[in-house]
Amino acid sequence: MIHSLFLVNASGDIFLEKHWKSVVSRSVCDYFFEAQERATEPENVPPVISTPHHYLISVLRHRIYFVAVIQSEVPPLFVIEFLHRVVDTFQDYFGVCTEAAIKDNVVVVYELLEEMLDNGFPLATESNILKELIKPPTILRTMVNTITGSTNVGEQLPTGQLSVVPWRRTGVKYTNNEAYFDVVEEIDAIIDKSGSTITAEIQGVIDACVKLTGMPDLTLSFMNPRLLDDVSFHPCVRFKRWEAERILSFIPPDGNFRLLSYHVSSQNLVAIPVYVKHNITFREGSSQGRFDLTLGPKQTMGKAVEAVLVSSQLPRGVLNANLNPSQGTYTFDPVTKLLTWDVGKINPQKLPSLKGTMSLQAGASKPDENPTINIQLKIQQMAISGLKVNRLDMYGEKYKPFKGIKYMTKAGKFQVRT
Amino acid sequence: MTDSKYFTTTKKGEIFELKAELNSDKKEKKKEAVKKVIASMTVGKDVSALFPDVVNCMQTDNLELKKLVYLYLMNYAKSQPDMAIMAVNTFVKDCEDPNPLIRALAVRTMGCIRVDKITEYLCEPLRKCLKDEDPYVRKTAAVCVAKLHDINAQLVEDQGFLDTLKDLISDSNPMVVANAVAALSEIAESHPNSNLLDLNPQTINKLLTALNECTEWGQIFILDCLANYTPRDDRESQSICERVTPRLSHANSAVVLSAVKVLMKFMEMLPKDLDYYGTLLKKLAPPLVTLLSAEPELQYVALRNINLIVQRRPEILKHEMKVFFVKYNDPIYVKLEKLDIMIRLASQANIAQVLAELKEYATEVDVDFVRKAVRAIGRCAIKVEQSAERCVSTLLDLIQTKVNYVVQEAIVVIKDIFRKYPNKYESVIATLCENLDSLDEPEARAAMIWIVGEYAERIDNADELLESFLEGFHDESTQVQLQLLTAIVKLFLKKPTETQELVQQVLSLATQDSDNPDLRDRGYIYWRLLSTDPVAAKEVVLAEKPLISEETDLIEPTLLEELICHIGTLASVYHKPPSAFVEGSRGVQHKRLPATANSPDASSAAAVADAPPAVIPSQGDLLGDLLNLDLTPTTTGPTPAVSTGIQMGAMDLLGGGLDSLTMIDSVWVQVWVPAMKAKGLEISGTFARRAGVIQMEMTLSNKAMSVMTDFAIQFNRNSFGLAPAGPLQVLIPLSPNQSIEVTLPLNTVGPVMKMDPLSNLQVAVKNNIDVFYFSCQYPISILFVEDGKMERQVFLATWKDIPNENESQFQIKDCHLNAASSKLQGSNIFTIAKRTVDGQDMLYQSMKLSNGIWVLAELRVQAGNPNYTVTCLLWVQNT
Repeated sequence: MIHSLFLVNASGDIFLEKHWKSVVSRSVCDYFFEAQERATEPENVPPVISTPHHYLISVLRHRIYFVAVIQSEVPPLFVIEFLHRVVDTFQDYFGVCTEAAIKDNVVVVYELLEEMLDNGFPLATESNILKELIKPPTILRTMVNTITGSTNVGEQLPTGQLSVVPWRRTGVKYTNNEAYFDVVEEIDAIIDKSGSTITAEIQGVIDACVKLTGMPDLTLSFMNPRLLDDVSFHPCVRFKRWEAERILSFIPPDGNFRLLSYHVSSQNLVAIPVYVKHNITFREGSSQGRFDLTLGPKQTMGKAVEAVLVSSQLPRGVLNANLNPSQGTYTFDPVTKLLTWDVGKINPQKLPSLKGTMSLQAGASKPDENPTINIQLKIQQMAISGLKVNRLDMYGEKYKPFKGIKYMTKAGKFQVRT
Repeated sequence: MTDSKYFTTTKKGEIFELKAELNSDKKEKKKEAVKKVIASMTVGKDVSALFPDVVNCMQTDNLELKKLVYLYLMNYAKSQPDMAIMAVNTFVKDCEDPNPLIRALAVRTMGCIRVDKITEYLCEPLRKCLKDEDPYVRKTAAVCVAKLHDINAQLVEDQGFLDTLKDLISDSNPMVVANAVAALSEIAESHPNSNLLDLNPQTINKLLTALNECTEWGQIFILDCLANYTPRDDRESQSICERVTPRLSHANSAVVLSAVKVLMKFMEMLPKDLDYYGTLLKKLAPPLVTLLSAEPELQYVALRNINLIVQRRPEILKHEMKVFFVKYNDPIYVKLEKLDIMIRLASQANIAQVLAELKEYATEVDVDFVRKAVRAIGRCAIKVEQSAERCVSTLLDLIQTKVNYVVQEAIVVIKDIFRKYPNKYESVIATLCENLDSLDEPEARAAMIWIVGEYAERIDNADELLESFLEGFHDESTQVQLQLLTAIVKLFLKKPTETQELVQQVLSLATQDSDNPDLRDRGYIYWRLLSTDPVAAKEVVLAEKPLISEETDLIEPTLLEELICHIGTLASVYHKPPSAFVEGSRGVQHKRLPATANSPDASSAAAVADAPPAVIPSQGDLLGDLLNLDLTPTTTGPTPAVSTGIQMGAMDLLGGGLDSLTMIDSVWVQVWVPAMKAKGLEISGTFARRAGVIQMEMTLSNKAMSVMTDFAIQFNRNSFGLAPAGPLQVLIPLSPNQSIEVTLPLNTVGPVMKMDPLSNLQVAVKNNIDVFYFSCQYPISILFVEDGKMERQVFLATWKDIPNENESQFQIKDCHLNAASSKLQGSNIFTIAKRTVDGQDMLYQSMKLSNGIWVLAELRVQAGNPNYTVTCLLWVQNT
């Protein structure tokens, strides 16, 4: 099981270590640093590294490497999932997961880690339970604690820990009862030179914010549940009911949680919201290159495409770019050769474009690689797969909650090759 | 006000100041001080000097302070064992506390203090906690047993904690079950042969019930444990699969992958024509695809596992090629894995798409990735024959880009394409030759030289090209030198007239000026070949080469099977069996996939194993060993390993082994080693059983010109453990043209290994000249022991008890019943009874093999019919 955890910052310093079994010397991280040196980019450090006596499994989140040390055969995904949970918990407790935040709350961090693992076995990883055991630091509580001498460690056994619904604590009370659901879809796509789709898929999630009194039992049904053939549920969802009726039935955790994530694969037709017309050329022998880019909406069902951000890694030979955007602003970093263009909203009547020239190193040969264009965008009030919630019902409690459902489409890894 | 204040130091000396604060009367100040101590500890500062002061703070009713002190204790108790004793009392008291949280905390912390003296005191509280009324305490105590076992395994066994832990598998609370399974699995890992997790249908049922209700982590433990179980039949296997499939929709990817492991393993047992089999295959694809949309680290582990799954069952993901297409901002480790899987999934149907993608990748920036992409194009050509032409033209396009590393990589793969499809794409050689000068990597140079040598007759200036390489011969790497040597010899054999000088040059370079033994040896071989027999040289050097195939990069099937059983583990990431790298895995058991239900040999093997349950400890082990053939040599008593050996023997006896039964008394004197093959020593001989002793009767003849001495003999491991009972008695030197007869007594206590055919024996004979190896077969009758006569009643009862699977029938011709009976007795085949039914004469016989297997036979003859029917039954005595 998980032996130890080291937190390493971007400059390669270990700023926190925690051991759940015997103490492992921090020199074990030298192997990690070696791998880090070899990797060209921070994210290229291999996630599983073997050393003569241990295995190092790491994830990189918020520019911090979380390096877990294991000694025996442990499923690596188990470790990675656990590390994700650690990151999520820190974020949940401190708002951000940064080196400064962790150092500021080092004792809480330590208490949390101790509570999350016992002898390397996960103990309490649900944020609900943890919050009952160790209360998150707030300014008010710190003040109160200082004055009254009370602590932020819970004195009672968390109620949910052993119940059949470990994700929900009992005795939840709200004056305003509300349940909000966000359907968020991300399109991952690769578009080739000619504009045809090579692969496109949708990663969707339904995130919920449920603040309901007591033990509510919710059901959520869809207009078109057929779309969801590849789903992962929060443990609260009753799987049998879904199998039989295609209805989500669950007792929700208290607060924010991810109810469901789903995947609409490339075999279904995936609508592509924008198109890109591009002409990026370099001529042999000339020290100039042409850059010409126009964006337009494609299949958006009449909704506006907003927050469009185009970025492209230009070839190393490009010294500078002199471009003229029809709207928004652009920047070109001559060191990293990263071109970003903050477009904003696409107006279908007046398509945004970015045109101009790139200057190349004099005398250098024409670059071999073709830059790939990366697009980020947002479309409000639409789930691009067409998924629609039919109704949300509550059983088990008498009051009438506020209900709300929001849709949003984003670009995930949306790439256009040139 | 944040915790960072704990890191600030004062000039006076931190430790000193902390000590003062820890001993302060004010509670608040104490707590702050302990927090400071913990903060220093987290960043690796040594604050062990404060041990007594911190421990003094332990007696408190403030839970946070108590937890903090416990944290400190866990870290430093080992360095201060004597002081740690001071804490014991508080622990024992806390274990009695009415608050379950405190009881659990105490037992949890005690387990983390790795000090021998403390563990003694731990036993009693732990025993109580394991039976605590509160499940939270029980589940914490279960983990504590694993901790204690890590510190002092003997103590845990002596105190009977393992049994209590096993009982917890039947606990009413699923969390307790999950933790008990986790603890047992961890303990079992350090005791691979202990039967800790004794899985039977009842426990499996309990685990499956707990599976639905416990936390995600518990599900992982339970699924990993389930994967070790071997279901009795395909129906049980299906019902487990049905109950595991909902886990595929879990949000935790580790749960998903563990479920995939269970399904992949149990699927082996399902008949392929079953509807459910097809359903299951369909259900496996979506979760695997979903794993690929997760964070890159998860993707990497998932891809390594998918690589295995795709090799074992390509049908699962054959339509999902597109999800493996590479995004340009994927981390390099994900890119390389995706590429690998793309090639594995490439087929005629999708090759056009794949090639277009690969060509795209070949123009990317990352050199490693580009190289692998180019290599992938070559592998596609080799894998999908129809695409070869398109691949070659794609490669030629890439060569035109003149990007140095692309060109080099392309040439290396084109060489492989030539080896797969000889005489098909030689037209491209001219283009390749244009790039000769730009090649600077040994592998590319060697590949190019190979191409030039192989097709020397079609390249007009082949001699010039090779000569140009020869100039810097000594600066080349060995790989290139060897290739150059061979290529020039090939060229010489093809165009002898113009290249004599060249070949002499290279031969002298290789043999006289080189320090490399490989190169020198190869040079000398060529030289001698060319000088003695050019025709033979041509046959050797220009021999037709075997075609290469795509399979070369596949994982070897037995290893693949084992790895499939380890899906989701480190082994699956490294693609190595766990025994190869996991530290401290003493004698790791090799896991194997269960056999398919409808494959005849495996199911009957399982049936045989079922028949005598007392002999076979567990079917899983047996199947493992059956496939593994890794039997440990044992000399005392029938241990499981030996009895599995017997089982195998039994199976084959029923098969081919009986042929030899019918030839019992023919004496085979055979020439085992002709003089030609053993430098003049001829060995002939036979086996016999005389007065209860198995003997190997040999004639050694010296047909050489010199005297032979120092004879010795050794046997390889064999089916029945035959081994020489003494040394080979050849006392006088054997002079030329002399023969000697030797009798070697044998026993059956040697190491056992199943041979094919069963009665095969591999022998090594050594003398002063050399060691000679030969193999021979012994008649199975020598293994029949004298006390093989069974009592009538026993015979009757046994005959009925033996299941049909152990039965086999044969026809033999022309033999006389009465004569046979006495003859058989001479060979220790005893006639038990004789009767006549419906004009058929029946003769019942028993015999016993040296390894304890009984064979009961019924000989049936119909009057007037010269054919006899023998029915044989095998019985393994449960001793």
